[in-house]
Amino acid sequence: MIREVADEVIARGESSRRAAPDPVNVPMVRHWVEALGDSNPVYTDPVAAAESVHGGLVAPPAMAQVWTMFGLRGTRPADDPLGAMVSVLDEAGFTSVVATNCEQTYHRYLRPGDEVTVGARLTEVVGPKRTALGEGWFVTTVSTWYVGDEPVAEMLFRVLKFRPPVEEPVGEVLRPVVSLDTEFFWAGTRRGELRIQKCVACGEVRHPPGPMCAACGSTELTYVVAQGVGEVYSFVVHHHPPMPGKRLPFVVALVELAEGVRLLAELIDADSADVRVGLPVRVDFQRIDDELTLPVWRVRS
Amino acid sequence: MTVAVGDTLPELVVEVTPTFVVSTAIATRDYQDVHHDRDAAVARGSKDIFLNILTDTGLVQRFVTDWAGPNALVRGIAIRLGVPCYANETLTFSGQVSEREGSLVVVNVVGRNSIGDHVTGTVRVELP
Repeated sequence: MIREVADEVIARGESSRRAAPDPVNVPMVRHWVEALGDSNPVYTDPVAAAESVHGGLVAPPAMAQVWTMFGLRGTRPADDPLGAMVSVLDEAGFTSVVATNCEQTYHRYLRPGDEVTVGARLTEVVGPKRTALGEGWFVTTVSTWYVGDEPVAEMLFRVLKFRPPVEEPVGEVLRPVVSLDTEFFWAGTRRGELRIQKCVACGEVRHPPGPMCAACGSTELTYVVAQGVGEVYSFVVHHHPPMPGKRLPFVVALVELAEGVRLLAELIDADSADVRVGLPVRVDFQRIDDELTLPVWRVRS
Repeated sequence: MTVAVGDTLPELVVEVTPTFVVSTAIATRDYQDVHHDRDAAVARGSKDIFLNILTDTGLVQRFVTDWAGPNALVRGIAIRLGVPCYANETLTFSGQVSEREGSLVVVNVVGRNSIGDHVTGTVRVELP
């Protein structure tokens, strides 16, 4: 879903150009240099500017983006490429944002009176990536500022849209009830084995385990270690209520194993929008503490 | 001016007061609440209000033109953001000339505060 929207927006190319609310002007430059403490005279001193290499007042190159900022009441146009990606990533749970890179190139200095427009295009969407902040997607746009049809400045801007990780304190997950019938299963997960109950008498495999074979009635039971690969048979996306130690939403998948039984566990590392019946998965193990290790599913590529 | 690869620039120390954070955000027309409303910034998981990116780009430019003079032409500024720069931090810029080709030089810039590197980057500037 994220990939599809990204490809579609990238293919669209540059958005329609949006005009700055005001031409490049000295009052805004003055506010800017005053706030930043920049004493370069070419921005506000007409005499010094006239004697400089510029031959007159110019705007600070780093102000390029300022001229077309949305301002307090502004809204993103419908074809804004970053806006489109932010929406789809928000929906997928990657709700936080941090800018990581800003690379500006200035073709010429702007002068008072220049009327600036800006167009933007999406160039790259990479993810999901594990980062120090959490799992997220890097979204890169390139904006070009024009005066008439002359490009005057360009900016590559990259943001990380990430899912803030929920602290998962040890021991705070819901713990399974371990009985004589299921003890072998949890002993297996602690060792990284997915153990499936098997009847010694008739060879029937079953899950979840029980005290007696459902096929022949025998109570002589053993287990086999599953290969740990299968396909999603059914699944739910859990949005509410919150669960201890889980970040919302999460996916619970019923997986049909190669051995022929079905087993429920959380499907991790998958965008809930991409989960489907038939999705190939493999087992992995999530150690909670010395006593408990949970089986989880990961997408098998 | 005579400039060689390896030359270091005079440090620039910026006291990032709450007034500085707010006035630079507004001067760059950036009205995101995390740059002027402390309660909102805290509610969104930050320690305090913090500098916006447009200001970082502007400060990096100022740091280099303070050294290069009013007849230098800034051709490009590329920055990467690290730790946030919250209100009441001190931000210290240091830099070194890393490349020179004729009148065009590349300056490597780092802006550090008490928690680490806030901004690192390069400025391409044509010297008079």
